Amino acid sequence: MPRLDLGGLAARLRARGVHTGLGELLVAHRALAAVDAADVRQARAALRAALCSRREDLEAFDEAWEAWLDAARPSPLADPAVQTALPHVAIPGDGGAEGAAGTPVPRPAAWSEVELLRERDFAQMSDAERTAAMRLLSRLARRGPTRRSRRPRPSRGRSGRPDQRRTMRAALRHGGEPLERRWHAPGVQERPVVLILDVSGSMAPYARMLLHYVQAAVAARRRVEAYAFGTRLTRLTRELSGRDAGRALARASAAAEDWSGGTRIGEALAELNRVHGRRVGRNAVVVILSDGWDRGDPGLVTAEMARLSRTAHRLVWLNPLKADPRYEPLARGMAAALPHVDHFLSGHSVASLEELADLLEGEM
Amino acid sequence: MGWASVGEVRDALARERYLADEALATAVYLAGAIDQPLLLEGEAGVGKTETARAAASARGARLVRLQCHEGIDVHHALYDWDWSRQLLALRAAEHGRPAPQLYSREFLVRRPLLEALEADDDVVLLIDEVDRADDAFEAFLLEFLSDFAVSIPELGTITAHRRPLVILTSNRTRELHDALKRRCLYHWIDYPAPEREAEIVRARLPGVPEDIALRVCDAVARLRDADLYKLPGVGETIAWARALLALGTGDLQSTLGVALKVREDIDRVRAEGLLTGA
Repeated sequence: MPRLDLGGLAARLRARGVHTGLGELLVAHRALAAVDAADVRQARAALRAALCSRREDLEAFDEAWEAWLDAARPSPLADPAVQTALPHVAIPGDGGAEGAAGTPVPRPAAWSEVELLRERDFAQMSDAERTAAMRLLSRLARRGPTRRSRRPRPSRGRSGRPDQRRTMRAALRHGGEPLERRWHAPGVQERPVVLILDVSGSMAPYARMLLHYVQAAVAARRRVEAYAFGTRLTRLTRELSGRDAGRALARASAAAEDWSGGTRIGEALAELNRVHGRRVGRNAVVVILSDGWDRGDPGLVTAEMARLSRTAHRLVWLNPLKADPRYEPLARGMAAALPHVDHFLSGHSVASLEELADLLEGEM
Repeated sequence: MGWASVGEVRDALARERYLADEALATAVYLAGAIDQPLLLEGEAGVGKTETARAAASARGARLVRLQCHEGIDVHHALYDWDWSRQLLALRAAEHGRPAPQLYSREFLVRRPLLEALEADDDVVLLIDEVDRADDAFEAFLLEFLSDFAVSIPELGTITAHRRPLVILTSNRTRELHDALKRRCLYHWIDYPAPEREAEIVRARLPGVPEDIALRVCDAVARLRDADLYKLPGVGETIAWARALLALGTGDLQSTLGVALKVREDIDRVRAEGLLTGA
């Protein structure tokens, strides 16, 4: 899928005598953001409407558009990372098989490339967009919940509890007279997070991107546990740790055997509760990333979700399908799980994971 | 005193009524023989802490125990200053007593690690539930265990007179740092086989009727095979046998709460009749 700079299109239009200033460009960006960017015809129509202002312009636009598309088709040698470093906007491809899988997402008026990328559905992204989005995800993964630590920190003023050790030290300066009292208050530490990623077939369009997020979280934060499940549960924390993201992902892919297979949420959670129960401590935030399609027994999902919600601090479910406003949690697994979930988010785009980061950092 | 062989360790532990298998006895022997800390992991109630206790009394050594907890720091683990006595000494000095050396050994409070370091007698140092401490403390521990020396700013460096036998336990609520693990010998304590568990019950509860020991161990083995949230440990087995002994009955069903502490587990065992005929 081409990934182009609107500036190039504007230059071609100008060469053909169409007045294309900064004002028109801004409008074009916004127009592009407002339509379904996955649909090349919609994008073309939007840009045409935004950039042309006279009847004569239309012919010039058609020529410029073709030339622009040709120029923009990435050569096989082009490094996506290089492309993403250049100014550009996310430009629709013709959809194809990928486009059909996702549903159009209403986009707010936005005109920066990052904005576009943030809102874009993972399933509809081009490879280059994925590369750029992964960078955003890595940054997001550093954000997570905190909690009060039992390890006290020196505090200013009279908050917390008296710190006798430091008070004594200060007293020495006044001949042993404890004139200045010192205090300490509880510090803050990272709250453990458990990320459970569904890698079954129905999650295929999202699993790679979400796994990247999971990997970045394991690498960036101290107390993150990662699991993947399809028909059974695999612990990925060890595989995903280490600085080299590429190798970590390769190890994880090798470890989780049932990529793109069936789903048994209940069984996977049962194993988590029993075998790894200690790692899901009372103070952990558990995040399940799954579309909720389940071929197992919904009764089991209910029972295990109930157990999990009792042992975890908070239970969050990210479902990429929820991005569609028409979505209703009718999938059996999802319906069974939902009553036990504290927060139900979408998780289909960078923006939705930003929402997760905001949630994790907030009061929950 | 040091041990000469693995067999000696096993026999010595057995005399303390702790039945160690070959692998555990070897690990304990090595911890003493090559002066490396031993990290014990295993499910709750398999006898990790008990190993240290038995090893200490088997050596005729003193057990120094550091219970890790969240927020533990150097002042809980190593040393602290007795600030109230320091203040009093300062006050006394105002009334004509000689001026005290405030940061001297006189006002030093020894916490378990320092106690183990400075001990002249044989000591077994148990660092219990390391996984509850945080990374910062783990890093400190790493330094402590590699040199057996600590520096207290006001006093200088203190080096171990003799290396104690060190046993660390972890419940695996989180993964310990690899660097710490590398410093240690490692042993995973598994659930014992039913026959062995019966021997343990007999060793811990001398005079327990044979049928109670066997029935309890058989029941526990069945529970461990079942799909339960929390499996009973050896500690629970012994408690269960003791409970039956105290009641003078053999009623496993009504005393299930000794072994299982999760309501869903108890319901499940009753509903599925897992203990019928046991």
